[in-house]
Amino acid sequence: MIGEWIRFGAAAALIGLGLVVASISVFGVFRLDRSLNRMHSAAMDDTLGISLVLSGLIVISGFTATSLKLLCVIIFLWMASPVSSHLIARLEAVVGKKDEGYKRRRD
Amino acid sequence: MSRKIKSGIKRWFSAEDIYLDEFTSENVHRTEKDEIYVSRKNTPMKDPEAYRSVLGSKKIRRLYSVFAVLFCIAIITFMIITVSFLPRIGSAENAAVNEVMERYIEKGVEETGAVNFVAGMILDYRAFDTFGESCVLFTAAACVFILLRAERDDDHPNAVQLQEDDRYFEPKNDEILKYTARVAIPFMFIFGIYIVLNGHLSPGGGFSGGAVLGTGLVLYLLAFGFEKTERFFTAKTYKAVTTTALCFYCLAKSYSFFTGANGLESGIPLGIPGNILSSGLILPLNICVGAVVACTIYAFYVMFRKGGF
Repeated sequence: MIGEWIRFGAAAALIGLGLVVASISVFGVFRLDRSLNRMHSAAMDDTLGISLVLSGLIVISGFTATSLKLLCVIIFLWMASPVSSHLIARLEAVVGKKDEGYKRRRD
Repeated sequence: MSRKIKSGIKRWFSAEDIYLDEFTSENVHRTEKDEIYVSRKNTPMKDPEAYRSVLGSKKIRRLYSVFAVLFCIAIITFMIITVSFLPRIGSAENAAVNEVMERYIEKGVEETGAVNFVAGMILDYRAFDTFGESCVLFTAAACVFILLRAERDDDHPNAVQLQEDDRYFEPKNDEILKYTARVAIPFMFIFGIYIVLNGHLSPGGGFSGGAVLGTGLVLYLLAFGFEKTERFFTAKTYKAVTTTALCFYCLAKSYSFFTGANGLESGIPLGIPGNILSSGLILPLNICVGAVVACTIYAFYVMFRKGGF
């Protein structure tokens, strides 16, 4: 019984932490000015946020096939997201404006 | 910088954000006169006379448009007549509200042989619906071909250089991407094939598996460049695979529907539900749909990339 509660608490903590990270990164995507900053913020959600939420789900489901699949998802995201961020950053470094960045419009 | 460069680049990015002077020097290969060409000409209107002769004389063209209109009117008439035979929407006695659902749930596995109900529905009971969807994909790809097609320019004096210049538009020689793609692509292909082949046993099927396969092809193109994919996937491959798949789908399902509607033995074994080789036509039809979807996604990417295979 106590084991169940510990497991539930750990899972809830992980998922909650993941949600906090995700909301920070969403805030950053809309708040920051320059595209490289925004890219950094979005990548944070793709890697840390989602992996925390998924590890919470893994804790809930225990040693099952579902956990294995979730682990595969985490591995894939940690592989794909940094690479795509790197490509965005590369494109920005090649074609972006150097001085201004992208200013938000305040009408 | 000449105007040619600007107009060329404008085709690929929405232009205003780009300061061309800030291309780093290692990324830009300039030809002698400091001009960058977009390597494929934007034909087909280059020679209006030749273009006209392809379509034939004026009379034939007029006849062609008249027949096109008549054909469309005929199709519309057929559709409207068919709709008039359908039951009213929303009335409680409709078969779709009562009997069809029960039949699918109670006899689905027995009649289609598919453990995955959805596959049994979309590829057996409602197979022509799915066929229509595959044809829509094919039609969409054909429209994109018509709109975006540009001729290849292999005779251009700087053809090799122009191939190299592709790297402004896509991250071709990126070591990080190459390494990741080398690791990820085999798994993506295996996963896509698994989804297609297990369509009748587990969630998935032709559409989702085909999407995974097509995305794998696009990633391969992005990482290793167009010459590598061109070796095994050209416009000919696209045409052959898509038409074969659609024709096979049409013929096989027409046969199955014809025999089923007339109470004949179709001779297609259903097998034991749950086995990989079971459920009659669903597995080959899934493969057909997967092939069409994968090819269409890849063709879309290629057409939007440079306007040609």
